[in-house]
Amino acid sequence: MSLIEMSVNLGGVRMKNPVTVASGTFGYGQEYADLVDITRLGAVTVKGVRNRPWEGNDLPRHVEVPGGMVNAIGLQGPGVDGFITQYMPFLREKGVPVIVNIWGTDIEEYCEVARKLSDVPGVAGLELNISCPNVKEGGNAFGTDPQVVAELVGAVRAVTVLPLIPKLAPNVPDIRVFVRAAQDAGADAISLINTIPAMVIDIETRKPVLSNRVGGLSGAAVHPVAVKLVWEASQVAKVPLLAMGGISTAGDAIEFMIAGATAVAVGTANFIDPSTPLRVIAGIREYLERHGMHAVGELTGSLV
Amino acid sequence: MFDFLCEVIEHDEVSKEYCLLKLFAGEIAHTARPGQFVHLRIPGLEQGSLRRPFSIFNTDKGLLWILYKSVGRGTEVMKKLEPGEEVKVIGPLGNGFPLQREVESILVAGGYGVAPLYFLATRLKRKGVLVVGGRSADDILVTDMFVGMGWRVVVATVDGSSGVKGLVTDPLLDELKRVEATGGGCELFVCGPDGMLRAVGELARQYGCKAWLSLDKHMVCGVGACLACVQKLRRSDGSTWVGRVCSDGPIFEAGEIVW
Ligand SMILES: Cc1cc2nc3c(=O)[nH]c(=O)nc-3n(C[C@H](O)[C@H](O)[C@H](O)COP(=O)(O)OP(=O)(O)OC[C@H]3O[C@@H](n4cnc5c(N)ncnc54)[C@H](O)[C@@H]3O)c2cc1C
Ligand SMILES: Cc1cc2nc3c(=O)[nH]c(=O)nc-3n(C[C@H](O)[C@H](O)[C@H](O)COP(=O)(O)O)c2cc1C
Ligand code: FES
Repeated sequence: MSLIEMSVNLGGVRMKNPVTVASGTFGYGQEYADLVDITRLGAVTVKGVRNRPWEGNDLPRHVEVPGGMVNAIGLQGPGVDGFITQYMPFLREKGVPVIVNIWGTDIEEYCEVARKLSDVPGVAGLELNISCPNVKEGGNAFGTDPQVVAELVGAVRAVTVLPLIPKLAPNVPDIRVFVRAAQDAGADAISLINTIPAMVIDIETRKPVLSNRVGGLSGAAVHPVAVKLVWEASQVAKVPLLAMGGISTAGDAIEFMIAGATAVAVGTANFIDPSTPLRVIAGIREYLERHGMHAVGELTGSLV
Repeated sequence: MFDFLCEVIEHDEVSKEYCLLKLFAGEIAHTARPGQFVHLRIPGLEQGSLRRPFSIFNTDKGLLWILYKSVGRGTEVMKKLEPGEEVKVIGPLGNGFPLQREVESILVAGGYGVAPLYFLATRLKRKGVLVVGGRSADDILVTDMFVGMGWRVVVATVDGSSGVKGLVTDPLLDELKRVEATGGGCELFVCGPDGMLRAVGELARQYGCKAWLSLDKHMVCGVGACLACVQKLRRSDGSTWVGRVCSDGPIFEAGEIVW
């Protein structure tokens, strides 16, 4: 194998290759550790955590649709303290960079969680989930108002030196406004996209299938939408982009990088084939070789 | 837990709507325990389709047996699998039934719920009784295999086309009374639809015996990562928590479940 530089710097998160997993689709890493050598990932991004344990939504929490699924898990989790004691020791021992996805129902809660994680060895960065369609307060409501995004990112910026990666909502009229708002407020990188708000109705009962009525669409179906948003975001982004949405092959990941992404995350595809992230890493390397490139960074923003 | 590409060795219809699939699954089969399940990627389903969970019905020298009913899109396509084709299988998954039992075992099955109970019966030292129910005779599967191992089998069908007419809880009640009369104890091992699990759990409570229920929830990852398959549970101190059926279960003692 020829020497190809696969490492990237995602706004201070140093990844040995550009591939991580999308929050909520890989648990806390250990659930998949029997099946996937997680030390080979560029980073592990964990399920969203808030300041206290949270039970999430009632069932059904998901439904399969053509090209993907609609979910409304509702951010169930052990809370930040539970996360630090139950899950961080394993990840730390593995030595893989950990990106912690955080959320809250108000700005103070994001700050509280960020402060607690700032002193935890092994945490490489914070992904701010300001775009979850599945919780009543906060969530998407933060991510669809650029002023709130600026305020939230600025407030968290003030309490931590960890790399900050706000995760943008796809359901906005102009993604560039949000990219600017986030980077001007101190974001080190930007991640996109979260799931697309969606709904499925059971026509026999005439009821929504999900208990939460609405949820978020993910999987192959969202990929072209995400590519377009990443491409638009890259036109104004001064910070690196972490792209996700429907990656199931190396080609999907390469497409994101050509559109402007520095790193990518595999989400829903993990459920179908847990080896997807490792296949994507190998496929990117193979593509670079085939195209005579020496560093994965050459791909980023190389759209002709 | 393994992620293997497994060859179809045999695939036969066992009755109207039900099929028996035998896959060569090596370590998955060797390490499987009764009550555990596998997560299958059904070839031929369109790209991006989720996996489907199935109980382990039996294992035999590296072979993994699955007894399934075709109920929808995935299982319809699954029926067409031919020997020689390959299927991606993740497993064995879940906690499994407790095995070293002191008292008499009563197995209670509804429809394909008989699948994990057969595997269990092959591993229990002391033979007991299988109480099995369904809508009609077509839903009463593989009872001869239990009889062949020395188990007694009692059947109930809603339409009366096999065994006694009624629900599985009717003959189960007789069994519980019998055990009570002899002054012995028993434990129930149960797999079937939610309504049945709940009713059997309630009977077990009335008769003061344990009931190990195998829960059936729609799943996405199957390994505890996505939180799609949760069930509210009660700890012994009365506090509650939300567990994952795929990785904390699928077997829970009836008293743990907050319905
Ligand atoms: C732990 C466990 C063990 C199981 N063991 C068996 C078994 O041994 N034999 C057997 O025939 N069936 C078993 N099932 C049920 C089996 O998983 C479903 O029948 C199957 O997923 C239906 O898929 P489908 O595409 O045909 O149905 P569709 O209704 O088209 O499926 C749509 C979606 O709903 C899900 N789904 C539908 N019904 C069920 C169900 N009852 N349970 C879970 N998910 C469902 C599917 O996986 C799919 O994601 C088990 C389920 C669980 C959770
Ligand atoms: C089951 C599930 C749970 C998710 N949980 C979270 C979460 O906790 N926090 C978050 O920011 N995004 C969450 N997401 C969104 C994903 O991280 C990702 O942005 C989205 O699914 C698009 O990528 P994909 O199409 O590759 O899945 C979740 C997605 C799914 C399918
Ligand atoms: S199916 Fe994903 S946690 Fe159970």
